[in-house]
Amino acid sequence: MSNPTTTIQWMPACRVDDVPSNGGVCVKLEEEQIALYHFTRRGEWYATQNECPHRKQMALSRGLLGSQADEPKITCPFHKKSFSLRTGECLNGDECSLRTYPVKVEEAMVYIGLE
Amino acid sequence: MKVVIIGNGMVGFKCCEKLLHYLGDQVELIVFGEESRPAYDRVHLSDYFSHFNAEELELAPISWYQEKGITLHLGDPVVLINREEKNLVSHSGKETVYDFLVLATGSSAFVPPIPGTEKPGVFIYRTIEDLELIRDWSKKARSAAVLGGGLLGLEAGKALLDLGITNTHIIEFAPRLMPRQIDAAGSEMLSSHLEKLGLTIHTSKQTAAIEGEDQISGLRFQDDSRLQVDMLVISAGIKPRDELARLAGLELGHRGGILVNDLLQTSDPSIFAIGECALHNGMIYGLVAPGYDMADILASQLAGNNRHFTGFDMSTKLKLIGVDVASFGDPMLEGPDTRIIRVADSINGVYKRINLSADGKKLLGGVLVGDASSYNQLVQVCKGFMPLPEKPEELILGSKTGGSAAAGIAALAEDAIICSCEGISKKSIIDAVNQGNESFDSIKKCTGAGSGCGGCTPMVKDILQAELKAKGKLGKVVVCEHFGYSRQELFDIIKIKKLQSYDEVLDTAGKGDGCEICKPLVVSLLASIWNDMILKKGNDTAQDSNDRFLANIQKGGTYSVVPRIPGGEITPDKLLVIGSVAKKYGLYTKITGGQRIDLFGAHLDDLPFIWEELIEAGFESGHAYGKALRTVKSCVGSTWCRFGLHDSVSFAIRIEERYRGIRAPHKIKSAVSGCIRECAEAQSKDFGLIATEKGWNLFVAGNGGSKPQHAVLLASDIDEATCIKYIDRFLMFYIKTADPLTRTATWLNKLEGGLAYLKEVILEDSLGIADELEAEMQGLVDNYQCEWKEAINNPEIRKRFQHFVNAPGEKDPTVQFDPMRSQKRAMEWK
Ligand code: SRM
Ligand SMILES: Cc1cc2nc3c(=O)[nH]c(=O)nc-3n(C[C@H](O)[C@H](O)[C@H](O)COP(=O)(O)OP(=O)(O)OC[C@H]3O[C@@H](n4cnc5c(N)ncnc54)[C@H](O)[C@@H]3O)c2cc1C
Ligand code: SF4
Ligand code: FES
Repeated sequence: MSNPTTTIQWMPACRVDDVPSNGGVCVKLEEEQIALYHFTRRGEWYATQNECPHRKQMALSRGLLGSQADEPKITCPFHKKSFSLRTGECLNGDECSLRTYPVKVEEAMVYIGLE
Repeated sequence: MKVVIIGNGMVGFKCCEKLLHYLGDQVELIVFGEESRPAYDRVHLSDYFSHFNAEELELAPISWYQEKGITLHLGDPVVLINREEKNLVSHSGKETVYDFLVLATGSSAFVPPIPGTEKPGVFIYRTIEDLELIRDWSKKARSAAVLGGGLLGLEAGKALLDLGITNTHIIEFAPRLMPRQIDAAGSEMLSSHLEKLGLTIHTSKQTAAIEGEDQISGLRFQDDSRLQVDMLVISAGIKPRDELARLAGLELGHRGGILVNDLLQTSDPSIFAIGECALHNGMIYGLVAPGYDMADILASQLAGNNRHFTGFDMSTKLKLIGVDVASFGDPMLEGPDTRIIRVADSINGVYKRINLSADGKKLLGGVLVGDASSYNQLVQVCKGFMPLPEKPEELILGSKTGGSAAAGIAALAEDAIICSCEGISKKSIIDAVNQGNESFDSIKKCTGAGSGCGGCTPMVKDILQAELKAKGKLGKVVVCEHFGYSRQELFDIIKIKKLQSYDEVLDTAGKGDGCEICKPLVVSLLASIWNDMILKKGNDTAQDSNDRFLANIQKGGTYSVVPRIPGGEITPDKLLVIGSVAKKYGLYTKITGGQRIDLFGAHLDDLPFIWEELIEAGFESGHAYGKALRTVKSCVGSTWCRFGLHDSVSFAIRIEERYRGIRAPHKIKSAVSGCIRECAEAQSKDFGLIATEKGWNLFVAGNGGSKPQHAVLLASDIDEATCIKYIDRFLMFYIKTADPLTRTATWLNKLEGGLAYLKEVILEDSLGIADELEAEMQGLVDNYQCEWKEAINNPEIRKRFQHFVNAPGEKDPTVQFDPMRSQKRAMEWK
């Protein structure tokens, strides 16, 4: 995943317990809206753009986390399109996909990496 | 080999796909398109008005062409072909040589020579740009007309209605609508459907002129009558785009169209024509499926295969919402060699006709209006892929002997074409299932079936079901990939093992991490069984969006607020509170169809504050967001009404307060009427009561909505206590046994033994469970609490009502509204 030619700037997002278990929140970083998810069941953190590319709704942080086979996914609350949390790819065969961001946790603080 | 395609429309695009498929990197592909966008789905053009943006109609993004190594010149039409040198010149001056040239220039709208067609306000209906112009103009138009009552004209008419022009007229020159597809009786039935939708139909009307000074003001007809309209959409047929071919000296038909032989070759053997510009055997095919077939045959031929185009079936189904119309084979066949069977049901607006050979052994064609559910089956029979039943009339009357749709699918030959847009056979679909594609979506992705007009979707699903069943994989309907149980089985497991949270249920009975299907289902079951606060930790993030935030999410990401107004009764003081809350938070206010008031456009952060004020004034949650009891409507009843037999309002309030908050497989609605005049519409509800001289009649399992069904009488002349007892049993029995998202009507339709069995269980307690059902219901009733009250008072829950976790109180800056009639509305989707 890590790309040596770009430097990642880690931005503090929120505290670990600000994010509900197996749920998401929306983080404002600079002027961007980023959806941050704590997939507690899998012990994983993910971040994607908050805007659902389908109808351009700022809604993914309010979506449902889940898995398809072993692929972790987020499902938009509006029309239930699902996207891979790993790659951002739309899992319903549509052409649209999500931007994803790296996440790290240090001392109960969550950081999102911007390029 | 260097192939140049002129035209990047639907068929030109399909030709790219097919050439790559057959020839891979042996072909160098260059495409010229006149339109500025890459090829898009013209068949679904009208959807552009309602829910698509232009990108969503794209057949493939520009990046696709790059990835495949196709050179694509958009917005640059070809203006000249030099056949001797085998090269061509584009508008911008690009010169290109070719080995083979494909003309896929499509057609344009035919504009009849009527004076005034150049006036502002007159449109055609062919491209995204046309639709953009129509949409902009329609904002200031109050009336509109469509010239042409064919397939396309009717579609345009419906689109104008949907744009809000309620005064829309269809003008047809022939004595009936869709003169090429359906017969006079069918057309008459169709007209009455369309008039119900709100279109005004004029047939046998010849337009003489379009009137107006600076812009259109109306139409004048040959009979000197006039019609005032603010806009006109011309949809009088198509004209093949053969101008380039004409310039190049290729042979054309008398009435236009580029002449091609069975190899799709023009009079120059290295130039081909496909799609709507091609004239084959005297026919211009104005549909996409024949064009796709031509693209396939041409590409396969260039790869060295010997294939011919020999014509194509013109069966069509109109994709108008709300009216079924279809024709297949030869719909208008008449004469001594034809046996025609017709059924007409003017009450339900259904007309069906099938044309059989004189010996009754072959189906030759037909027309369906009002109910085209048997269309797919009829087309297959007509093409000879399925046997004609012994009594052919069963095809349109419905079988008396009980042959089901699945049996129909089994009878279908393997090479039957199921998806005619993509040319996918039954065998390809079965192969796809065998390769492990066990859902409709994955079959669609794998084969392409169902990705065109979508008309074959039910058949693809039936084939899938039949295959899965044959493999023993359909023993029962399981919830999803995470749970190998039905809803009813999960209900019992949760209850017996006393499971309390989504994760406990998943650990005990499921696998994986859950998904958008099982999460809401399981937490709904937990609520139906224990009636705990639905946002209890662990279950909160498994709730579907509306339940998660205790409000209905709207376009743009705001929410609506619906306080409960039991029985529809409200004091003036409470009305004032609703008014002042709406004013304070800037909410759009509307009386709902359920006898209460909806406040729309609330920001997530404002929801707890709004509810704080409402609860302070004595309101509670209306559960408009939940699969739960919605409203119990009432009529005014005996307290005021001169006919009222009992006090329907008091009884409605009592019922609403008893069952409020209870979670069920789907929403539940009820109503109470004070007499047989039935002003509360109780017979259209999941359960309803109508006062009689001696007590109440209890109706169950009705609904309005997309498939309305009247409720059926469960018990008559019973007193209030008995009503409650029976309703307790009925609802609890439904909650325990129904499939997910099944309303009571559908549940009863599927219940083995039907109403008679339901009566035995509820009235006679044939299963011996009545006491248990009543006790379970009483448990839920006793456990009721207003979840909004809990949400605003519990800091853990309340803190979730914010948009930005790191900027609490700051509202989502992307939310926008437009003003409307001194209130506001959500901004249209992008
Ligand atoms: C607000 C309201 C329209 C209005 O402004 O009048 C409404 C709004 C919605 N209805 Fe309705 N229905 C409303 C009365 C009705 C009625 C009339 C009635 O209840 O008497 C019906 C037909 C009666 C019936 O249900 O049997 C009705 C049949 C539906 C259906 C079709 C149900 C069916 O079984 O076919 C749906 C779709 C669904 O639930 O799956 C639906 C779904 C919806 C949804 C929830 C669609 C959605 O998922 O967003 C709409 C929510 C809008 C919102 O955000 O608030 N709505 N809906 C009405 C609210 C009534 C209330 O006070 O709670
Ligand atoms: C509103 C609407 C609804 C429809 N509904 C249905 C339906 O339900 N079912 C159905 O089967 N069919 C339907 N059709 C018809 C269907 O869209 C057409 O049959 C199909 O698009 C034909 O494809 P084509 O590639 O031949 O033509 P087109 O899709 O028209 O493409 C031709 C392209 O070539 C371009 N072109 C022309 N000349 C040149 C040039 N000299 N140089 C470069 N480019 C050029 C044009 O600009 C155009 O982009 C509908 C059509 C419309 C407009
Ligand atoms: S009928 Fe109901 S669901 Fe449909 S648009 Fe109206 S309110 Fe929404
Ligand atoms: S807006 Fe996300 S699925 Fe439609």
